[in-house]
Amino acid sequence: MEFRYLPMTDTDKQEMLDFIGVDSTEELFSDIPATIRLNKELDLKPPANEAQLKQELTELANKNAHVKKYPSFLGAGVYDHFIPSVVDHVISRSEFYTAYTPYQPEISQGELQAIFEFQTMISELTALPIANSSMYDGGTALAEAVTLSAGVTRKKKILVSKTVHPESREVIATYAKGQHLEIEEIDDKDGMIDLDQLSEKLDDSIASVVVQYPNFFGQIEPLDQIKEQISAHKKTMMIVSSNPLALGYLTPPGEFGADIVVGDTQVFGIPAQFGGPHCGYFATTEKLMRKVPGRLVGQTTDEDGKRGFVLTLQAREQHIRRDKATSNICSNQALNALASSVAMSSIGKQGIREMAMLNMKKARYAKKQFEAIGVAVLNAGTFFNEIVVKLPIPVKVVNEKLFQKGIIGGYDLSKVYSDKEGQMLLAVTELRTKEEIDTLVTEMGAIING
Amino acid sequence: MVNQDFPLIFERSKVGRTSYSLPALDVPDMDLETEVEAKFIRKELAALPEVSELEIMRHYTGLSNRNFGVDSGFYPLGSCTMKYNPKINEDVARLEGFSQLHPYQDTRHIQGALEMMYDLQSALKEITGMHEISLQPAAGAHGEWTGLMMIRAFHEANGDYQRTKVIVPDSAHGTNPASATVAGFESVTVKSNEQGLVDLEDLKRVVGDDTAALMLTNPNTLGLFETDIMEIKQIVHDAGGRLYYDGANLNAIMGYTRPGDMGFDVVHLNLHKTFTGPHGGGGPGSGPVGVSKELEPYLPKPVLVKKDDQYEFDYHRPQSIGRVKPYYGNFGIYLRAYTYIRTMGAEGLKKVSEYAVLNANYMMRKLEKEYVLPYPQHCKHEFVLSGKKQKKLGVRTLDIGKRLLDHGYHPPTVYFPLNVEEALMIEPTETEAKETLDGFIDAMLSIAVEAKENPEVVQEAPHTTVVKRMDETTAARKPILRYTK
Repeated sequence: MEFRYLPMTDTDKQEMLDFIGVDSTEELFSDIPATIRLNKELDLKPPANEAQLKQELTELANKNAHVKKYPSFLGAGVYDHFIPSVVDHVISRSEFYTAYTPYQPEISQGELQAIFEFQTMISELTALPIANSSMYDGGTALAEAVTLSAGVTRKKKILVSKTVHPESREVIATYAKGQHLEIEEIDDKDGMIDLDQLSEKLDDSIASVVVQYPNFFGQIEPLDQIKEQISAHKKTMMIVSSNPLALGYLTPPGEFGADIVVGDTQVFGIPAQFGGPHCGYFATTEKLMRKVPGRLVGQTTDEDGKRGFVLTLQAREQHIRRDKATSNICSNQALNALASSVAMSSIGKQGIREMAMLNMKKARYAKKQFEAIGVAVLNAGTFFNEIVVKLPIPVKVVNEKLFQKGIIGGYDLSKVYSDKEGQMLLAVTELRTKEEIDTLVTEMGAIING
Repeated sequence: MVNQDFPLIFERSKVGRTSYSLPALDVPDMDLETEVEAKFIRKELAALPEVSELEIMRHYTGLSNRNFGVDSGFYPLGSCTMKYNPKINEDVARLEGFSQLHPYQDTRHIQGALEMMYDLQSALKEITGMHEISLQPAAGAHGEWTGLMMIRAFHEANGDYQRTKVIVPDSAHGTNPASATVAGFESVTVKSNEQGLVDLEDLKRVVGDDTAALMLTNPNTLGLFETDIMEIKQIVHDAGGRLYYDGANLNAIMGYTRPGDMGFDVVHLNLHKTFTGPHGGGGPGSGPVGVSKELEPYLPKPVLVKKDDQYEFDYHRPQSIGRVKPYYGNFGIYLRAYTYIRTMGAEGLKKVSEYAVLNANYMMRKLEKEYVLPYPQHCKHEFVLSGKKQKKLGVRTLDIGKRLLDHGYHPPTVYFPLNVEEALMIEPTETEAKETLDGFIDAMLSIAVEAKENPEVVQEAPHTTVVKRMDETTAARKPILRYTK
């Protein structure tokens, strides 16, 4: 046996060939026409033994500067948060991570119940009654919400605020092409959606308005005023993308009348891991329950009347509806939803509010410190854990110098907003210490002042 | 009182219990309520659980004991490639130099991560014979849609706006027609012939100048190699359509033939099937796409490139279909696939396919004695039986699947593909030992005997699981989708 994952022995192979009645395994491949047979060995690196490969990949990992080695103020949709140790211990249980989608409820009660609990937690945070079992990520969840709104309202035009994550907006644009939807963007004003422009562009032809809360710049959008404008138009939906940690403190979008709330639970128990896999969530109203993309777990009973859980309302899904399906999602992010459930259970009812407040307080401390040294902090509205600072020199230059001091600086807004030259988006999570914040401010001050 | 023997985490909750230990507030405290308008402050806390740390571990350990993974036992789910998930992969994915990277870090500081991605792309290009790869799509279905969007962009660039139809075989995965719809196409079905392969005459009938693409998996969902693949390719290409390869079944052919060599224009791969990314109870997956030279300009952006020995992202892709996912895809799954490919090499991957096919043929020949085998030729990595003989005795395929649970096996895929009555689709994979296959074969044969002699025991199965068959009708009619106190 040369490969540890392949248990076939010579004796096994011979016995099996004899039973099948062929001389060699080659005969089993005789249906592949000669013209397309690969007549060479694949050109790949030679097989590596376990110790050697682990060593090599550890060295490769060590080539990267990571956020546990360098204090990082990068956020912009992906955050460095505290992950309780229990999370990895639970998701490392191979009954969970080596399982398939729970199509056989009798032997999948563990996964099904865990997802039912996840749905409940998301429902609690968003204040909407229905949450699905997960989506790929916050960006594609938002794109699915947009296509759902167009399908339900039978309208083709969607208004998206420029204060929504730029990469989510790009994903929406790609999905929209497939569905022939028209996307119009609403400008930002002082880091918030421009309400006047929204009012001008809103009319009865709009399927939905897409906003983010807190938005890409960290600001708390006025969902009440946005909803009021939307309500004046028949059927038009309010779609909100929300950082679920912020909802530990903020009024949930469901209470403001959001029709669909989506986002990413990366903030709960999922490491940044270069942007994926994270975990999208999707919550909505009773009315839209049968339009929800992806899998739903429901409670029921077995033949003996005992409580149990099953995948339900599957008539919505691709494997039943095929070309009539409104979403093609099949695999989701179940294991990451489990990680987030464990993190949410661990942080708990009181802890989530406390954690959200820690973020808010530390971000406010950073704001105050920047202002104290004369660095302008833009946007006057209420914010969660991100601030935008205005720098007299390019963000790229500042970040390079910060890195030399052992700090990963913020996100350069000029990369995607042409009117935001010199603007840096900084995230301050509960993991950033006072000392790290002070060092950042001091170093940035020194860089700016040459 | 609910009749249950395992509480929900919310039912374990008790006011005052905690299991969190947050970082300290080391900056001056402040009153947030003076700054945040009252209407934005949550009035009622989200009812998350209040439990101790041990209770969390007991809860989830208990749940894991009520679950079944590949490490628990044999999982011959056809089309799902439930092979062993190597443990070194999990260790590599958890190295902080990989797991703690932020997607917006300066690419010069994360060259190790980009090198791995680039190397994985190169390996997948070689394995599939495609010209270029994008790792971005999040899962198989996402890759399908991405591929179709590229085909659409290609046709539109040629002024071929009338190509609105995607042809899918009657045996296709459900995601194929759904992806076609989401990409804005209409699906057209092509029939299978008596050998279970694409019916060339029917294909000639359905292709035309409205054909955008044919989606095919080869071997197909019956586990049969489409021997006429070069004729199929010719017919579709002659009509101006493009050929899409659903990579779900790649495990059968690695090192033997390649989608690129068969003439496919777009390929998606399921890193969580062939390349051992764990299924995770439903995800996360990863669904890279490969394309021919002709379709390269349409790849999602950004594209990872190597310039002067430095890896970076190329955003200047004017013909790109755009971004299909935030950031750069499911990086954590790439690490697992990469570790696997490096463990196996060319020699190992070819053996993977050799043994996957040998195992499937062995089981098929053992089981055809008692179960109807609709297509008698050699299969590839999986095969489909029909339970119609047992159905006549009052035992449905569903019952057979449930009876297998009593034997400690995960059932095969049932009632798919749709073109086989009472289908049982079995994919053993190469990581299973002969003794395991023999045990499963014995169980299947004993169930066939039970169907004749004692059908009730099969019809009423399972008998040994923590719950019995569930009332799915009520679940759908009166949905309860969350816990309420």
